Amino acid sequence: MKLALVLPLLVPLLTAVACILAGASRVAQRALSVLGSGALLAAGLWLLRSVDAGGIQVVQLGNWPAPFGITLVADLFSAIMVAITGFVALCVAVFALANIDPARERFGFHPLYQLLLLGVCGAFLTGDLFNLFVWFEVMLMSSFVLLALGGERPQIEAAVKYLTLNFIASGLFLTALGILYGQFGTLNMADLAVKLRDQPSGVTLSSAMLLFVSFGIKAGVFPLFFWLPASYHTPPVAVSAIFAGLLTKVGVYALIRVFTLIFTADPATTHTLIVVVSVLTMITGVLGAAAQYEIRRVLSFHIISQIGYMTLGLGLFTTAAIAASIFYIVHHIVVKTNLFLIGGAIGHVRGTGELKQLGGLYRDYPWIGLLFLIPAMSLGGIPPLSGFFAKFALVKSALEIPSYWPVVAALAVGLLTLFSMTKIWAEAFWKAEPEGATGGTRGPVPLLMLVPIVAMALLTVAIGFFPGTLLDLATRAAGQLMNPNGYIEAVLGRTP
Amino acid sequence: METTLAIVIGGLYAISFYLMLRRSMVKLILGLMLFSQAVNLLLFTAAGLTRGQPPIIPEGADALPVPFADPLPQALILTAIVISFGMIAFTLALTRRAHSSLETDDLDQLGRSERP
Repeated sequence: MKLALVLPLLVPLLTAVACILAGASRVAQRALSVLGSGALLAAGLWLLRSVDAGGIQVVQLGNWPAPFGITLVADLFSAIMVAITGFVALCVAVFALANIDPARERFGFHPLYQLLLLGVCGAFLTGDLFNLFVWFEVMLMSSFVLLALGGERPQIEAAVKYLTLNFIASGLFLTALGILYGQFGTLNMADLAVKLRDQPSGVTLSSAMLLFVSFGIKAGVFPLFFWLPASYHTPPVAVSAIFAGLLTKVGVYALIRVFTLIFTADPATTHTLIVVVSVLTMITGVLGAAAQYEIRRVLSFHIISQIGYMTLGLGLFTTAAIAASIFYIVHHIVVKTNLFLIGGAIGHVRGTGELKQLGGLYRDYPWIGLLFLIPAMSLGGIPPLSGFFAKFALVKSALEIPSYWPVVAALAVGLLTLFSMTKIWAEAFWKAEPEGATGGTRGPVPLLMLVPIVAMALLTVAIGFFPGTLLDLATRAAGQLMNPNGYIEAVLGRTP
Repeated sequence: METTLAIVIGGLYAISFYLMLRRSMVKLILGLMLFSQAVNLLLFTAAGLTRGQPPIIPEGADALPVPFADPLPQALILTAIVISFGMIAFTLALTRRAHSSLETDDLDQLGRSERP
């Protein structure tokens, strides 16, 4: 048993159980949640190190050989995702201490948060499509409750929409699994990859499209994203920040996994479709954001637009493009979570996220202004921050193919993103505060909110100054994805 | 048998999507329930139907007699049933809550608190 591979699942599971056992003691739950998230970060980094040094790691649970048993597998892409999940989880867990009210903590915020992380890590590490479905459900169940926890009216309304759409996505996922199992008699991803190789057929294509729709709903691609801006601004900020950072990216991860490993026989159909959908996602997301005047709603639409960039790399389907996608995912998880947290800090001191009622923040909180500018400029793609290198790598890989019109769209959307960020800057920080606004604490930003924001901003700057390290890692991860023989051999124990 | 089930499954999918497209919250839930049942039946049927051939190796033999009923899809369905049971239970609780705060069954009224 390779411990490094199992720890990212054991840690959040045990932390959740410990939080439930700690029960009434609020202090103990808070301490456990932060400790557990820190341990998850350590486990993620350990996994990344061992995959980087020792190649693809595989565990067959129960010792049944693949494709019969339950397979856990970590290649570099999975390991990068688990490590970044650990980092975001720790930051948001600390922020939550200052953001989540005692009533929500009493009703189980901390154990639910850990179960959400368990579902996310499980989805990254499984090597079996049905287990991917189960991990999705673990993640969704906790996210439903986290979204509805507190029972405020906008939350309940958002939860109904979110739940319905995700229910349908899960049903379509299972439909695709039924068709695939009926046809090929296996759901192990590596085994499916061998059996589907170079055999484009109608059945394969239909299950590929069902999976595309299902993961597309979860990732929030055009035209399936409507649940996202309808729900992400309603729960407490810590919850929407972890949703914004991680949940859609699990959908993107699943898309990249199945469309690089399993459905690669007919890229002229499938991957061209992905490129078209990606470009439409980018454009509709950024235009939607331009129409919004609430910080978290603006940011929610930007998630959609940025998802387009990530799937675009998958659609272009070269090693460089997929490396750019992976770079983009890491950059986006950090930056977007941070922007939500800053939105939360603003809401804390001013009592609202409506841009029309905000103002004067730069005069009162110049440091928050600076901390906002780092992720905001990074999201817009201003050098030398992480977003510039993410966009640069993606555009460069598209020009190498060459594929010009996605480049035009990507650059135009980058400009519009910058426009949205300057809108938030001008409205919330720059203009004078409207008269009569007295909401919020008006005091200093709590240290527990400031520390995670600073930590994430530092990581953004660090990626910006040393992009080579991450790009090299992402390129090697993409190399593994584009040559799935290594993955298949590691799982099945024989050369395909 | 497969043909009959295929027609039943197709019918269930159609009914469930029709119900989900209605404006009533109750019909939405019924649609979701039928949808999850249809999916389970599809899993069951797509994997092939074999009657009266349990996958048990008889005494004296060392391999399964062909044909045999594949137990794996049934294990999958069992898992899927448990998950959809949990989801439906949560949906019911949630919609009850939504109904008591919105005081209507009309899905178009969702998000009313957002509009000015």
